[in-house]
Amino acid sequence: MAVGVDARPIPAAGRPRDGFRTLVGAVGSAVPALLILIVLTLLLQAMPAIRHFGLGFLTGTEWNAVTENFGALPAIFGTVFTAFLALALALPVGIAVAVVLAEPSHPRIRGLVGTGIELLAAIPSVVYGIWALYVLAPWSYDHIEVPIAHSLGFIGWFGSPAVRGLFNASLVLAVMILPTLTAISRDVIKAVPRGLKENAVALGATWWETTWRVILPSARAGIFGATILALGRALGETIAVTMVIGNQYVIPHTIFQPAYTLASVIANEFTEATGTLHPAALVELGLVLILVTLTVNVLALLLVRSSSREARLTA
Amino acid sequence: MTRNRRRVYFSRAWLAVMYLLTVVALIPLALVLSFTVLNGLPSVIHPQFFFNAELPPCEPRCPPISEAGVVHAIAGTGIMVGIASLIAIPIGILGGIYMAEYTVARWSNWVRLACDVMVGTPSIAIGLFIYAFLVVPFHHFSAFSGAVALAVLMLPIVARTTEGAVALIPNGLRESGLALGLPRWRVSLQLILPAAAPGVITGALLAVARAAGETAPLLFTAFGAHVLQLDPNGPMQALPMTVYQYALLPYRSLQNQAWGAALVLIVLVLGINLVSRWVLRRQIALAGQL
Repeated sequence: MAVGVDARPIPAAGRPRDGFRTLVGAVGSAVPALLILIVLTLLLQAMPAIRHFGLGFLTGTEWNAVTENFGALPAIFGTVFTAFLALALALPVGIAVAVVLAEPSHPRIRGLVGTGIELLAAIPSVVYGIWALYVLAPWSYDHIEVPIAHSLGFIGWFGSPAVRGLFNASLVLAVMILPTLTAISRDVIKAVPRGLKENAVALGATWWETTWRVILPSARAGIFGATILALGRALGETIAVTMVIGNQYVIPHTIFQPAYTLASVIANEFTEATGTLHPAALVELGLVLILVTLTVNVLALLLVRSSSREARLTA
Repeated sequence: MTRNRRRVYFSRAWLAVMYLLTVVALIPLALVLSFTVLNGLPSVIHPQFFFNAELPPCEPRCPPISEAGVVHAIAGTGIMVGIASLIAIPIGILGGIYMAEYTVARWSNWVRLACDVMVGTPSIAIGLFIYAFLVVPFHHFSAFSGAVALAVLMLPIVARTTEGAVALIPNGLRESGLALGLPRWRVSLQLILPAAAPGVITGALLAVARAAGETAPLLFTAFGAHVLQLDPNGPMQALPMTVYQYALLPYRSLQNQAWGAALVLIVLVLGINLVSRWVLRRQIALAGQL
């Protein structure tokens, strides 16, 4: 009874005209178009600086608006360092919360914790900034930085504490990226096939053995993706960091010292920049920032997607 | 036997550690909220806070707290977020419908990726972009350019949440519409979109909350003002800018203003978030019934 049911899609040429599809497709294309336009615009605006400094811009350590000598290295260092330190601080907590949220038990506690984490994500960065400036940074100076400098100060990196600096900026960043880390890790952990967990439990594994040896390893790629996504957020965060990092255009000798990030330099100097070279150099910082975050984000998204697709396929 | 018991205790100990770390994660939320309320309340309880606009710097001396206000910032946030919503929400909804209804189209995958990437794009870069596009050609800062920068930020959020809400609607509804001979656009706009309305509204609200709290894209576009400004062609103040600018000044009374503005902002943003979560829960219940 094999009646030839033709299930092939209608070839594009023979597809009925669908004006609505064209319309919403065109409107939807605004997003990728905007993205490309943003990068191109920044590239164009940064051209004078790119021409003038070439690749030396990325390795230069001076930032002087008077002599018009601009180098990005201290800002790049500050950006990368604060982002990675924040990630190191947030990662254990983020994964723990994700594991708790992905557990099927205690729905009330989970609901409360989930709401809390979402509210944490909703708080505007400027509110984190003012809180970090007046509450977190002074507290961290007294209770974290000074004791560490006392006991570990002989290692050069842990000396000379300061209220505003790299470490306190990383601390507030860690709080800010926690929701990103948690939300995506939770989804990835939830996507781990139930069978895997049930098999482990049936073999007599305890809760911890199941989590540590079965669930987390199979969610590894996705958690890694979540981590990189959080890294992207940390790299681009502007306002809160600007308020507590201390805004010194140097590569500091210790982790507590004031420094600068790409985004903070732009936020502080752009409206006051005059001439051609100074604004162009600031835009070039923005260009470096956006290219790095774009790369990081695309990588992370591909990782998260492929890992949750894999989980669906094996489920 | 003892080995097994050790395994069980080990497991329980780790479970306890996980819960402990969860509590640690929630401490900052409690601290941010309580300090903002504590420090902001003394400014906010004076009714003048919502009626006056204040003129820094304080020369020869700052006016007493009871006379200071941030009405210019509240109005500015309202106007700019309003204009941004008018631009971003319709475009975002149509883009979201495209991604959800035409999943077969290869291009929709790229649009989706672009949305996700754009959500993570540093907002300061969007500020630089709008500066080059809307401030330089017109030779002056304007609230309108600030609103466009906020719209760029909102667009991917609206599009992605709309997509999620539309994708929740079961195919049966689509097929019944098409079976009745409705064209695709009427199915999408008159059947699917109303059914997905709560989810779409959630997305719009979340985007509004995000835009209301953004400072970085406004620095070089709306620029800020110290008096009440209602003309979208001129510079304008916004609540997050007030917090940012006043918090860094060495005057005690202006710092208090900043805390007050932070309190207003946090109530606004968290309020919108809680409302949108409630709307979303209704959407999920509704989609379950379809």
